[in-house]
Amino acid sequence: MLAVLGVAVATAMLLDMVMLATGMRESFRELLLSQGFDIRLAPKGTLPFDTDATIPGVSAITGVLRSNPDIREISPVLGGSIHIPVGARDVSAAVLGVDPTVQGDYEFLSGRDITTPDAIVANDYLLKKLRASFGDTLNVSAGYDPQTRTYSGQRKLVLTGKARFIYGATEQSAAAVRRETLEALGGGARRDRASLFMVRVRKGASPDSVRNWIATQIPSVSAISVATAIAEVDQRLSYFRQLAFILGAVSLFVGFLLVTTLVTVSVNERAGEIAVMRAIGVSRAHVVQQIVIEGVAISVVGAIIGLALGLVTARYLNSILSAFPGLPMAIDFFLFQPRAAWSALGLLVGSGIFAGIYPAWRAASLPIAESLRREAIA
Amino acid sequence: MIADSAPIVSLRDVRRDYALGAERVHALQGVSLDVERGDYVAIVGPSGCGKSTLLNLIGVIDQPTSGTVTISGKRVDAMSDREATSFRLHNIGFVFQRFYLMPILSALENVALPMAEAKLRREERDARAAELLAYVGLSSRERHRPSELSGGEQQRVAIARALANHPALLLADEPTGELDARTGTEIISLFQRLNSDGTTIVVVTHDEDLANAARHNVHMRDGRIVNA
Repeated sequence: MLAVLGVAVATAMLLDMVMLATGMRESFRELLLSQGFDIRLAPKGTLPFDTDATIPGVSAITGVLRSNPDIREISPVLGGSIHIPVGARDVSAAVLGVDPTVQGDYEFLSGRDITTPDAIVANDYLLKKLRASFGDTLNVSAGYDPQTRTYSGQRKLVLTGKARFIYGATEQSAAAVRRETLEALGGGARRDRASLFMVRVRKGASPDSVRNWIATQIPSVSAISVATAIAEVDQRLSYFRQLAFILGAVSLFVGFLLVTTLVTVSVNERAGEIAVMRAIGVSRAHVVQQIVIEGVAISVVGAIIGLALGLVTARYLNSILSAFPGLPMAIDFFLFQPRAAWSALGLLVGSGIFAGIYPAWRAASLPIAESLRREAIA
Repeated sequence: MIADSAPIVSLRDVRRDYALGAERVHALQGVSLDVERGDYVAIVGPSGCGKSTLLNLIGVIDQPTSGTVTISGKRVDAMSDREATSFRLHNIGFVFQRFYLMPILSALENVALPMAEAKLRREERDARAAELLAYVGLSSRERHRPSELSGGEQQRVAIARALANHPALLLADEPTGELDARTGTEIISLFQRLNSDGTTIVVVTHDEDLANAARHNVHMRDGRIVNA
């Protein structure tokens, strides 16, 4: 039983590593595709919101993009931060300036969306910090000097609704206003600028072809399709994948050694029994088959327990890693995919077969008379 | 076609040497022996005289260094593993001092095991196994596992298993060695009944009662037959 548990632990680790190796990538991919935008335009040489850099000439770029019939929707997004005084405290939050009719950054939950220039929607975390209700007027500033406790670019906005920000991190205060509102908050410096463009292509059109077209037409931006974004993320996450691969391989090897050891010990204990089986006419192939089945049975039972154990530990580890500052809440490090579970199970069963072959062949090849003589002496 | 009068077991000038470390052990030194069909032979002698080695050669689980071994008219001394396995399955029944029943199988399943290996249909082998268990007096214990049987009962299951594929020859190596005197006597009676029903038996034993129950005794010493 302890040995089966050992195999289960190795399986759990293997499953977790398979999930870790692919989970973040798949989760990121699902996140990028969740709102149906296929291409992002970021300031040249950066990823969206990687830096504070912005793209100038939103109107001109929008005009160029609209000239391509394969582009269905364009959503320029301006990012920034805001400060709101709450009593003697300053509450800061990340803010997105968007067009609410084409935005893909938040999911509107309740109240009223930002249908007017003086409206602001906030996430649950910010609402709790503000202790404000829908309809409350907030003094929102683009800048705050903590030394003098003075606010700059202040404007009164009405809290109209609650939203969940798709790319927001855990415990991150976030809000959204209309893009023109955020431009006005920043004074002239933000006029006609965007941090990001999100582009939705026509159904049937190739996002990569459109991306290439944008790269040619607007060389001042980085055009990123989902595929290129994933490639970029893949590169950044290569450390995770390598770690997952090494730990997964170690788990598999440990599982293999465990099963081999177990089966070898079992075979040694039953050397007399096996010799008698051979003596009464049981073929070598049948002996090998029985012992290999034994190895596979240990692996399968261990793997089934291990899959459950792996899912529980993955969930726990995911909750720890997802709380990492700056990561979107929707990103999962360990994403359960049936294919990953089947891969782990397949690898374990495969290793169980290989683990059983050596002791099985050794057992079946033992000279019968010599084994019986040793048993008699023992 | 082998005449019924031909010996079922025939060994000619059989030698068997072992390497024991750097030493060479001459376990059998030119043994010749014939066992007639329907006979009941006990091989006796002191420990280490070569009794079990001789039985292993007759049982085709070992091969001689030189000499010939013929069983049921077939040379078995140079068979491949595959041939020897098949020969044992269909021609030889083995009973050992320790019973070596499969612990996870019932008495019936243990008896049916060689028949499954011989690819008999399930109904046939279950019927034959039940018949054999009845023959050895264990009808009521068919579904019991070895751990639920006494030593004598386990040995009777092992004897039933040895008879599963209608072997021409039943070999037993110290079959009463692990049994108390009363249970040993039951096994001796069972062997006598088997022999009187036509089974050829060769048994290796230290048990005088078992040896006395045999029709012929073969005495061995230092790898040689000294009195047959």
